[in-house]
Amino acid sequence: MESQLPAEFMVNVDHERCRRCKRCVINCSFSAIEFKDKVTPNHRLCVACHRCATFCPEGAITITENPLEYKYGYNWTPEIRKNILKQAESGGIILTGMGNPRPYPIYWDHMLIDACQVTNPSIDPLREPMELRTYLGAKPECVEFDSEHISLETELAPQVKLDIPVVFAAMSYGAISLNAHKALAMAAKRMGTLMNTGEGGLHEELASYTDRIIVQVASGRFGVTSKYLNNSALVEIKIGQGAKPGIGGHLPGEKVGEDISKTRMIPVGTDALSPAPHHDIYSIEDLSQLIYAIKETTDYKKPVSVKIAAVHNVAAIASGIVRAGADIVMIDGFRGGTGAAPMVIRDHVGIPIELALAAVDERLRQEGIRNRASILVGGSIRQSADVVKAIALGADACVIGTASLIAMGCRVCQKCYTGNCAWGIATQKPELVRRLNPEIAADRLCNLLTAWGHEIQEVLGSLGINAIESLRGSRERLRGVGLPQEALDILGIKHAGIGQ
Amino acid sequence: MKCDGLMNPEVSKTSERVHQRIPSGCAISGMMSEEGRRIDGRVIIKSIACMHDRSNGLGGGFAAYGIYPKRKHQYAFHMMYDNVEAKEATEEIFKDIFNVDMDEPIPTHRENGISNPPLLWRYFLEAPENKLEFISERDYVMKMVMRINSEVEGAFVASSGKNMGAFKGVGYPEDIGKFYKLEDYSAYIWTAHGRFPTNTPGWWGGAHPFTLLDWSVVHNGEISSYGINKRYLEMYGYRLELRTDTEVIAYLFDLLVRRHKLPIDKAVMSLASPFWKDIDRMEPEQKKIATAIRQVYGSSLLNGPFSIILGHSRGMIGLNDRIKLRPMTAARKDDMLYMASEESAIREIAPDLDEVWSPRAGTAVIGTLKEEVE
Ligand code: SF4
Ligand code: SF4
Repeated sequence: MESQLPAEFMVNVDHERCRRCKRCVINCSFSAIEFKDKVTPNHRLCVACHRCATFCPEGAITITENPLEYKYGYNWTPEIRKNILKQAESGGIILTGMGNPRPYPIYWDHMLIDACQVTNPSIDPLREPMELRTYLGAKPECVEFDSEHISLETELAPQVKLDIPVVFAAMSYGAISLNAHKALAMAAKRMGTLMNTGEGGLHEELASYTDRIIVQVASGRFGVTSKYLNNSALVEIKIGQGAKPGIGGHLPGEKVGEDISKTRMIPVGTDALSPAPHHDIYSIEDLSQLIYAIKETTDYKKPVSVKIAAVHNVAAIASGIVRAGADIVMIDGFRGGTGAAPMVIRDHVGIPIELALAAVDERLRQEGIRNRASILVGGSIRQSADVVKAIALGADACVIGTASLIAMGCRVCQKCYTGNCAWGIATQKPELVRRLNPEIAADRLCNLLTAWGHEIQEVLGSLGINAIESLRGSRERLRGVGLPQEALDILGIKHAGIGQ
Repeated sequence: MKCDGLMNPEVSKTSERVHQRIPSGCAISGMMSEEGRRIDGRVIIKSIACMHDRSNGLGGGFAAYGIYPKRKHQYAFHMMYDNVEAKEATEEIFKDIFNVDMDEPIPTHRENGISNPPLLWRYFLEAPENKLEFISERDYVMKMVMRINSEVEGAFVASSGKNMGAFKGVGYPEDIGKFYKLEDYSAYIWTAHGRFPTNTPGWWGGAHPFTLLDWSVVHNGEISSYGINKRYLEMYGYRLELRTDTEVIAYLFDLLVRRHKLPIDKAVMSLASPFWKDIDRMEPEQKKIATAIRQVYGSSLLNGPFSIILGHSRGMIGLNDRIKLRPMTAARKDDMLYMASEESAIREIAPDLDEVWSPRAGTAVIGTLKEEVE
């Protein structure tokens, strides 16, 4: 069927400046630029990944939105019309990548942070210690000492140390390239934080980083062996993902080459299917069994995390997870990224992480079990301010996926599911993977975390506190702006203008 | 000093104004006899009066231990009532929840510039056996304190410990001391506070010390971690409704020492913990303890500028924040331990000292009553 879909973007080539080096042709992994006597774009195929524009030595290329106007309709937006055209042509579910791009309210941007003036002095992080160290894991209610009051009697559950309360999100080898995995592992090790294998198993080349790696057990159970579980900082059971709550995963057979097949332990060329539920978890008791099966396998030396998508009933679910024995609850908000998801799910299912986090932290406190698990949150943590606000709402640490990819070069073009990522990130094509230099990407990731670390320290200093634990859950230091009372109540914060 | 001029025009004479300086917050002072010798209240008044300039007349108070030896097995409740209705409502509840052995007005001396005191009454109470089936006596009393403070409009429990009491109000501490006739009380531990309120209104209940059961706290500073300290305590049934950050300190000691049974030095470590860089250099056993305490008690860390003196029935503890943003001096003379915001306040009452020192940031001075002392 001849497509009626207009191009989304226009590739504009300034032929006067173009010196016909063809770099753009080589770089465009979406075949949107050809060379026919001169550089000739096929606008329809362009996804605005900026690869050509970035590498054109003459700066001769710009990408613009197709100025083709649609007759105005508040209801029938151009996007909706285009989606209908697509489905009328394909008959299929619309697939997409990255996180929910729709204009739902971003609560982070409606919260403001306090600062000290006069009565309580602020602290200068350049002169005084400013501590970000965080330990993930279950904490007992209290510590006990022997009768002499000298030696510790309490044996703490395993704790994982973070030098900065920001860890890299689960992204599987398969969804992203081995070079991207390597960069994340190197950066995690250098910065004293963690990376997460996602559900695709652990490539053997990452063996030397295992004390900084979260290994995931998802419904497909790819690459899960007892060695895999034991070679880790902690183990995460993935129940759901913010971008696609209640939906499984599908890595198409074309991407399952020699290496991925080995890592995932499935035959070359077969589709890697992660079922929507775990087929051995149909209730909270089943989850508890899996948690303890993993704890037995790892000799109770690794914290076990359970990752869920933020859905309406998230607080009760999180409480069940803690009672089922999890040491960490990871909550992924509805704006979290993905390698591939049906658009209908990505854009319409789940709830914002800010509200989910506030509800979970409050619920666990009401039940007196907040100490029994750490809370990790992700799903569009975009900047250090988001981290500060999340911790003030009650998180122990944040998880960044999209932000870490952007640091490595991703342009959020949302075409991860095509396997053509021009930046060597969401692809398995060797010629594209080669574009991502793991060393350089690791440096960029470390720079990002270093910068955020300094920014968080600045904010702590201005709050007059010198340890991150004095911020954690301290909602008194946040105020809402322009939020309805209900949202303020759920977030547990006052409106700006109200003092103590 | 601006507030001074407004509130107490008479103290600000023109001739003195030349020497005025900007006062730097509250004053605290504490003294204890490790031998349990009882000393009357005039001494501590003299010490706190020496730091007059550190307060602004909007609050002063004292805690005294060992003052009711004849009734030392009963809970001494010092109550503040805004009106007779509050008193009646509270007594109605007392009848229900306690055995009231005795009650009387707290003696006061009415002619020295203290204006509008609330109704001040004290009760000697016992917790009835039949209420203690499922709860320890102290947990029960704590709950009742919380209940009265939050449920009875206009009633406030100023102190609720055994053989101790808090005497506080709006005014300069030396005036408050005279108002309560502290010369008539003898105690082995005295703490005192002069207040320069910034973030909480000047009302009688809001003056220091803050107390719960035997714990009393006088505090100079502000707790910037109040938000999380409060939420942490709420998890354990404490109700924080006084809108002041000092009460979290009293409650934290109650939780950590009485309920979690932490040794005092470990409780202090969780409130003003060492920095990670120092913990990392400790001997293995010490390191294990300090790490566990920080991991488990992160939410009880007190952050922000403070120096505090905590009193309890068996001793007195002085503590500074982790980077010492508020002053504190300690001293010893024979069996006496002294602590105060300024050395002058100690020298004023004990000119000849065996030892004077400035406790290091985050390092507690722990005074303990000799074991044989009853
Ligand atoms: S897809 Fe990327 S590389 Fe290709 S033309 Fe568009 S912006 Fe350039
Ligand atoms: S990872 Fe690659 S394909 Fe995915 S959004 Fe980023 S640049 Fe596009």
